[in-house]
Amino acid sequence: MTDLQITTPVPTVGSSTAVVDDETRGAAGLTAKNVACWFGTKKVLEGVGLDMAPGQVTALIGPSGCGKSTFLRTLNRMHELVPGATLAGEILINGVDIYRGAIPVTDVRRRIGMVFQKPNPFPAMTVAENVVSGLKLSGLKVTKSEREDLIESCLTKAGLWNEVKNRLGDPGRALSGGQQQRLCIARSLAVSPQVLLMDEPCSALDPTSTRRIEQTISEISESVTIVIVTHNMQQAQRVSDRCAFFLAAENEPGRIIEEGPTKDIFTNPRDSRTEDYVNGRFG
Amino acid sequence: MFNSRSPSRQWTVRRRAKADPVTSVTDVVETNALEKDRVTPVVRRGKVDRVYRAVATLSGSIVFVVMALIGGFLLYRGIDALRLSGWGFITESQWAPDMGGAFGIAAVLPYTVSIALVALFLAVPISVATALFITEYAPRRLRRFLTATIDLLAAVPSLIYGLWGLFYLQPRLITLSKWLADNLGFIPFFKVNEDFGTSLGVFPSSTFVAGVIVSLMVIPICTSVMREVFGQAPPGEREGAMALGGTRWGVVRDVVLPFGRGGIIGGSMLGLGRALGETIAVTLIISPSFDAKWSIVEQGSNSIAALIALKFSESTETGISALMAAGLALFVITLIVNTAASSVVNRSRSGSATEI
Ligand SMILES: Nc1ncnc2c1ncn2[C@@H]1O[C@H](COP(=O)(O)OP(=O)(O)OP(=O)(O)O)[C@@H](O)[C@H]1O
Ligand SMILES: [Mg+2]
Repeated sequence: MTDLQITTPVPTVGSSTAVVDDETRGAAGLTAKNVACWFGTKKVLEGVGLDMAPGQVTALIGPSGCGKSTFLRTLNRMHELVPGATLAGEILINGVDIYRGAIPVTDVRRRIGMVFQKPNPFPAMTVAENVVSGLKLSGLKVTKSEREDLIESCLTKAGLWNEVKNRLGDPGRALSGGQQQRLCIARSLAVSPQVLLMDEPCSALDPTSTRRIEQTISEISESVTIVIVTHNMQQAQRVSDRCAFFLAAENEPGRIIEEGPTKDIFTNPRDSRTEDYVNGRFG
Repeated sequence: MFNSRSPSRQWTVRRRAKADPVTSVTDVVETNALEKDRVTPVVRRGKVDRVYRAVATLSGSIVFVVMALIGGFLLYRGIDALRLSGWGFITESQWAPDMGGAFGIAAVLPYTVSIALVALFLAVPISVATALFITEYAPRRLRRFLTATIDLLAAVPSLIYGLWGLFYLQPRLITLSKWLADNLGFIPFFKVNEDFGTSLGVFPSSTFVAGVIVSLMVIPICTSVMREVFGQAPPGEREGAMALGGTRWGVVRDVVLPFGRGGIIGGSMLGLGRALGETIAVTLIISPSFDAKWSIVEQGSNSIAALIALKFSESTETGISALMAAGLALFVITLIVNTAASSVVNRSRSGSATEI
């Protein structure tokens, strides 16, 4: 697990397929059409349609248990990893269905990265190895100098470079929780994803780390489409361009109640339930 | 991790003297705490806790008592023979204590270790692969079926393995032995004495055959331990690896194997312990040899356990004492192996990482 140095001078990052077409680089649009999800026989999402435009930040908000995480996980095919989990509907990246075979599942997940609620760096790897772990995992090759550049640029983008530049050889788990989360963001960025999904990335973090990550989001959002689940209304307002409000009535699957520009959702919602929620009156 | 070498700066809180206790603000005063000031936390235990602790400690120490008793017994019974042979016990390869001849473990011990190593050499990769297949690749139904089958295999008595190995496997295996001798004969392990030629007749009852059969007994044990550990690889890390576009193999290599390192070592050592001590199957297979040799495919092998089993009923007093001494040697080696293994396991990451 120690030696990541790949000496063969082969293609650049992000070209797992022989032909490097623009479809697989730069921020991509993601579209969900009529998505429904089940865990076993329990239907937890129904009729979810959402357009996530390239380079925009979309926030998913809603009370606990309404299916935000489930929806997010359908967007990069993590949902199907849960035993018994199924779904219906379509998810398109730049217009191509991700579930119906045109794109290999590993490519789907590389192009649509994910940051989890709980930081999950690889503990057996050093900080530097963690950053480039995605290359190794998905079989991408880089030269040593490319690797070093990538480590620095991704850690810089994730706002972690200054804190760890002298500890690149430390194990990933030696970092603080907030630093680990930023390491996970850096790790996701290293495989140059077109979309980055974030499931409550700041819920375990202090205000400073939270601010740092929000800053990171606005810095990277030009080159990568971001979908973020958050329970923090201020955060949704600060970072997102658009907002989707999920709600599940009792014993009913969750749905999107309202979706639109963040400003409208917070200042001028069409649905009274949205208004109640964003003003903290329930959920 | 927190035992700083130099006196470290610490914060202590001191109340302002004579201030109104309700409205007073606590002051944070920076002082230089000295090493001698470090606190040893006092733990006061409740009664139930104390009782439980006592019981647990007692049961834990039984293990050590039994170990000490076994070691002591073997030493006590074997000491006469050891006095008789002196260092010869280690350097002598013949075994003739009953006729007043020389005896020693210079041949039996290397044979014992070679059989165990052959067994482990085959069993470890197969077990790792099987355990990975069960935890990572097999569909859920097959997973349950395989797990049950492997546990069943672990329960098959070694006598059965021995008989099956002797009558079924050996005649087929020696073809492989011959192939090894013919094609890899330049390696000392696979060389056979030219005088015998390389007819199939020189290959049965060898270290290799015994090792293969012992490996069959070891595989289920190793696989069980490894499967258990691989299955506990943290789901968060697995998902993290998947979400980066990781292939299944990538997840195995970067998450499951690093996490399971301790289990691989632990399972192997458990297997090694079993292989070193395996008696009946080895006794059935080998034809005892007291001349150590490099070749593992050539007829003639031995093991301490088989030696004891074969000679026990027909030995004189000195002979029995000598067998006890051989048993002691086996016991000590097993202890060394396991201690070495557990120190490796302890140093690697065991269980999940510390939560933050
Ligand atoms: N693995 C699972 N098996 C069965 N049901 C599940 C599973 N995961 C989630 N659910 C159910 O699916 C529904 C949606 O869960 P989900 O985790 O998507 O909610 P959420 O909106 O992310 O909530 P939170 O804000 O608390 O994270 C819940 O009713 C939950 O009980
Ligand atoms: Mg959630």
